[in-house]
Amino acid sequence: MTGTEIARDRKAAVSARALSKTFGQGDYAVTALDSVELDILENEFFTLLGPSGCGKTTLLRLIAGFELPTNGSISLQGQDITDKPPHRRPINTVFQNYALFPHMTVAENIGFGLRMLGSPADQIRQTTERMLALVQLEAMAGRRTDQLSGGQQQRVALARALAPAPKVLLLDEPLAALDLKLRKNMQLELKSLQAETGITFVFVTHDQEEALTMSDRIAVMKSGQILQIGTPRDIYDRPTHRFVADFIGDINILEGTVQHTDGDLATVRLKDGTSVSAHLATTSARSGNASVAIRPENVRLAGAGETPTLTGVLENVVYFGAATNLHLRLGTGEEIVIRNPGAVDEGRYQTGATIGAVMQPDLTRVLE
Amino acid sequence: MSGREPHTALAAAIAQNRRNKRVTRAWLLAPALTIILAISILPLGITVVYSFLTPGTYGGVTWEFSTDSYVQFLFQRDIFDDTLVFNSAYVSIFLRSIGLALGATIGALILGFPTAYFIASKPREQRNIWLFLITLPFWTNLLIRTYAMLLIIRDEGIINIMLMKAGIISSPLTILYTDTAVFIGLIYSFLPFMVLPIYASLEKLDFSLVEAGYDLYANRLKVLFHVIVPLAKPGIVAGSILVFIPALGAYITPELLGGGKKLMIGNMIAMQFGASRNWPFGSAAALILMALVVVVLLLNALAARRGASNNG
Repeated sequence: MTGTEIARDRKAAVSARALSKTFGQGDYAVTALDSVELDILENEFFTLLGPSGCGKTTLLRLIAGFELPTNGSISLQGQDITDKPPHRRPINTVFQNYALFPHMTVAENIGFGLRMLGSPADQIRQTTERMLALVQLEAMAGRRTDQLSGGQQQRVALARALAPAPKVLLLDEPLAALDLKLRKNMQLELKSLQAETGITFVFVTHDQEEALTMSDRIAVMKSGQILQIGTPRDIYDRPTHRFVADFIGDINILEGTVQHTDGDLATVRLKDGTSVSAHLATTSARSGNASVAIRPENVRLAGAGETPTLTGVLENVVYFGAATNLHLRLGTGEEIVIRNPGAVDEGRYQTGATIGAVMQPDLTRVLE
Repeated sequence: MSGREPHTALAAAIAQNRRNKRVTRAWLLAPALTIILAISILPLGITVVYSFLTPGTYGGVTWEFSTDSYVQFLFQRDIFDDTLVFNSAYVSIFLRSIGLALGATIGALILGFPTAYFIASKPREQRNIWLFLITLPFWTNLLIRTYAMLLIIRDEGIINIMLMKAGIISSPLTILYTDTAVFIGLIYSFLPFMVLPIYASLEKLDFSLVEAGYDLYANRLKVLFHVIVPLAKPGIVAGSILVFIPALGAYITPELLGGGKKLMIGNMIAMQFGASRNWPFGSAAALILMALVVVVLLLNALAARRGASNNG
């Protein structure tokens, strides 16, 4: 797949091999991370995406060194760092709550890492100034951190983590506490900061939209495992698991049985007897029960004289400016959503009407 | 003018209402004011008045104004020509007391900080047990506890017996009736006052700040001194004041463990009201001690304000 192809021609910044983490013991043991294999590349904006409790933060804390793995190893640019304490890893973290030192000024916070590394005072001052300029907080250098707004604190946390020029920057849901507008701005700023500094960013979020807009590659996690690693397009257009498809964006999922396969194209018989053709998400030929998935924007209303793939009763029409969602109830009792760009003819598409829908075969997928 | 008459009636009503409120407020404040007056202001007033009187022959005072008590603190009146000669005896007792109290404060800090950190790092449900153990000695009278300490550190006490049995020493260490004994006793008596405020600051400490410290290349020691200690400073200051002040005026500990050979301020004051039968001088010494404590508190308040304005 595309994700692994990239991995072959670029060097890995962070690699995890058979990485596992179990909290507690005996009957109370909870597996937070289960044999994770991962290569995060140099100069990459890599996102760990998943619902809360999926292990993404645990993975981040293992890379930072705040937790020690139960099994497996982590390496940084080919060197094993599994047993190194956090202060010996050239990796810095932007914490979810920023964790700025309240007893220091903004400038002292930013200079802290270099001070602990024993850098000369001159260099600390210069780097601090450069970082303050980078995050546009020159005027705030002497302020105490509790006198800053949330967005400014976020910037200080970023500057503090970037100042010692780490090999990898870890970001633990750093935008979660910001309001929507600020979050959108910071998303773009972070992205351009990453390009500017050339530092590998590992970003943790549960916000799929954030992951899609910012990342070079995304790893989707669930219950301590990585389900799929790929570019945002891979993840969105070619999800391999039903969970991935469901978690990212809206998707229609219909249950059926695989009739026969031809290459990576399969014919699936849905519960009401209709046959649809779809791409197999994984190369392993499939038979038996399967889920057929298609994004609402890849289903369209059947034109006049066109043979629809599916027919159903229109239950709901939801107009939201750029598009209209039409909710169709199929004969099987399942629901399918059609996203029609712009408005629809209200006279023709009234609730209760029987409507035909066309699924584009090349964008329909059979999921694991 | 006549147009304002209804207003006058209203104004009168408002004024009446205000008066009523004032009366109610006075009654509500009365119990608190009585208590403050009875247990704080009144005894202090008596002490101030007594310090300016002349000592009675068999204790008590005679009602004759005199500043002799304050003069006596620093000077000795020559018996023959009535000239004043500087007398360091009382000043040295004060300095000794300050030294011992400071030492006890530092000792309590060195022992108390790790203890507080230990408790704060325990799971929440275990912390109360540890706090209970810290406060447990308070269930026993200080006098009893000091006697117990006496039994532990005396020549035939547990410490000496154990050290001798272990062959580390051949003859008992003389601890009892020395400054060391007073020092140990003061630390033992007031350690909880150090542990509790430091625990209160450490408990609130956001652990992600400690992680941020480690993340930014600080090792354990650097995290302790650059992150944890500065953030626990309010607790450290409060604990130090809470130990220093009672240690400065300690009476039982130096009396029992110091053997009353070398005085601390508390013993000296007690002596003036007892054997020396010089109540005015005792009162004056008590007031000088109080002034000393107020100075310490003022310096602390000043430092705190300067710290705040520096950061602001």
